Amino acid sequence: MTVFIIRRLMQSGLVLLLMSLIVFFGVFAIGDPVEIFIAADADQAERERAIAALGLDRPIWEQYFFFVANALKGDLGRSFVFNMPSIDLILMRLPATLELALVAVAMSVLIGVPLGMYAGYRPDSVGAKTIMAGSIFGFSLPTFWVGLMLILIFAVELGWLPSTGRGELGTFLGVQSSLFTWNGLSHLFLPALNLALFNISLVIRLTRAGMRENLPMDYVKFARAKGLSQRRVVLVHVLKNILIPIVTVVGLEIGQVIAFAVVTETIFAWPGMGKLIIDSINNLDRPVIVAYLLIIVIMFIVINLIVDILYSILDPRVRLGDMGK
Amino acid sequence: MTLEVRNLQTHFHTKAGVVRAVDGVSFSVAEGKILGLVGESGSGKSVTGFSIMGLVDPPGRIVGGQVLFQGRDIVGLPEAEIRKLRGNRIAMIFQDPMMTLNPVLKVETQMIEAIRAHADVDRKTAWTRARDALGQVGIPSPEERLASYPHQFSGGMRQRVAIAIALLNKPDLIVADEPTTALDVTIQGQILYEVQKLARETRTALIWITHDLSVVASLADEICVMYAGRIVERGSVDEVLDAPAHPYTAGLIGSVPSRNAKGQPLTQIPGVMPSMLNLPSGCAFRLRCAHADARCEVAPPEPVGPRGVRCVRPLAGPRTGAAA
Ligand SMILES: Nc1ncnc2c1ncn2[C@@H]1O[C@H](COP(=O)(O)OP(=O)(O)O)[C@@H](O)[C@H]1O
Ligand SMILES: [Mg+2]
Repeated sequence: MTVFIIRRLMQSGLVLLLMSLIVFFGVFAIGDPVEIFIAADADQAERERAIAALGLDRPIWEQYFFFVANALKGDLGRSFVFNMPSIDLILMRLPATLELALVAVAMSVLIGVPLGMYAGYRPDSVGAKTIMAGSIFGFSLPTFWVGLMLILIFAVELGWLPSTGRGELGTFLGVQSSLFTWNGLSHLFLPALNLALFNISLVIRLTRAGMRENLPMDYVKFARAKGLSQRRVVLVHVLKNILIPIVTVVGLEIGQVIAFAVVTETIFAWPGMGKLIIDSINNLDRPVIVAYLLIIVIMFIVINLIVDILYSILDPRVRLGDMGK
Repeated sequence: MTLEVRNLQTHFHTKAGVVRAVDGVSFSVAEGKILGLVGESGSGKSVTGFSIMGLVDPPGRIVGGQVLFQGRDIVGLPEAEIRKLRGNRIAMIFQDPMMTLNPVLKVETQMIEAIRAHADVDRKTAWTRARDALGQVGIPSPEERLASYPHQFSGGMRQRVAIAIALLNKPDLIVADEPTTALDVTIQGQILYEVQKLARETRTALIWITHDLSVVASLADEICVMYAGRIVERGSVDEVLDAPAHPYTAGLIGSVPSRNAKGQPLTQIPGVMPSMLNLPSGCAFRLRCAHADARCEVAPPEPVGPRGVRCVRPLAGPRTGAAA
């Protein structure tokens, strides 16, 4: 286990280094931010002063090494636009995105797994067929359209739920989040559902497939032959086997949900990282873009590590020492 | 009588038609006795076993007959009632030990739940009983093994675990569905010996399902030979093996090596089992039978009594069931 984690951390460091190279040079290729900041009528001297202030007059290699050296000290550069450390800027927005992603993933599991289990347990029932048809919509309708429809129905027509912003924040154990107030939760509901819809469908289909695959297996019949209740057979024996692929997918979902939050955050005016990155791309605020991408990479690395550890807990046949070789 | 099966019919209603997997099977097993249920693969042995357990899944259904367990018909009992018997009074051992244990649950979990499904005992007591059961079937250091997962056992050891689970609640009847078929011969022998010993000691009635006559020869008291969902011959082990009356039984005996027939070539039953959807009229075996003639085109009478054969032209042995 320890060996596995150490090896994994070393691999992660390498991945991070490569990603920083790609991101840094990639972002460089997309345009010159100076054009955006400097008034069109500025003279040459003013221009050069601005460029020097941003460090943009150095050769790109030097800029990169400067960036890496600072990054190792926890400094990912200053935002051109906000003139504050880009990492602070992102960390300020991170809780909003994380709470949105977390609630969306929780929804996909809490709704997707029971529905999928039912659909797999009684595949010929009307309920199962309705669930499966619904999951096709969840897969194929575009997020932004569903988001607009949710706003239209629940916020505009029915007036049940708010559709913009985070609402009131509550503080619990020093963490500020809209999870801790009713008002905040009501603000969270629609965007989280919007973000979750695709994943709910994915989890439903995955769970159903797992049920269909596991129910005819001998171990299920043997468990029944022991005289166990159907409840215990399905909720302990079968569910534990199905959870293995679900954990993997849900883990990857967290990363994907954070990345996709861009669309949902824009529609629901959710003040998270997604909205920040869109604004930063518009302004070519390079340090923010780079910092954002690197933080996303780190997040994926951490999530994958957690998924692998969970995987080994759930499936005794997997030994962590053998993984990641 | 521990178990009496009367005219059991279990059919599968498939898209292609009705599969009469078990079609009028009758037999009985007394306390402490071992019945060998023999037949080629596909003859309906497993479905018979599952019918006794009440574990026939759709599209299959018991459409007729009775399964009298200690005198009570358990066909069509409410699920909650039959569950009280399953794993408690009637236990089953499956064919493939690699598939019968849940791969993600520890052996102790799978044993303790089997005890606690039927008895109101605490985990500690259940654990002790599980440990003793593992020891009983010859698993070394049972305390440690209880905390293991199935993949940490060999095939033979896993089957011992399955047998230990079947024995946990001291059932009155065990249905063993080809439990040694997937194992190699030495382990097969050990398990046969131990199960026989345990069944005799506890006076458990045992139905041993197999396609291999040589297995039941040393084990069973009585034999029922199944073909295409029906019992074609029954009798004591000696009667059936020494003087088979049905040509199918004789064919099965001729196809396994034996001490008596050393040096003689093994014979094979020609052809394969016909599709259950498309059985010939009359005797289901007649198209593969060297002795068949025009009389075989009408269905032979039901074998009745302890020694019987479903054949109008039996070999040696008894006359047709009707006359017996
Ligand atoms: N789920 C099922 N659907 C349709 N037919 C089945 C099903 N299960 C078993 N059968 C039929 O029942 C017959 C007997 O099967 P089985 O009892 O498993 O044979 P055996 O155990 O003697 O090898 C087979 O011919 C098979 O076609
Ligand atoms: Mg079978």
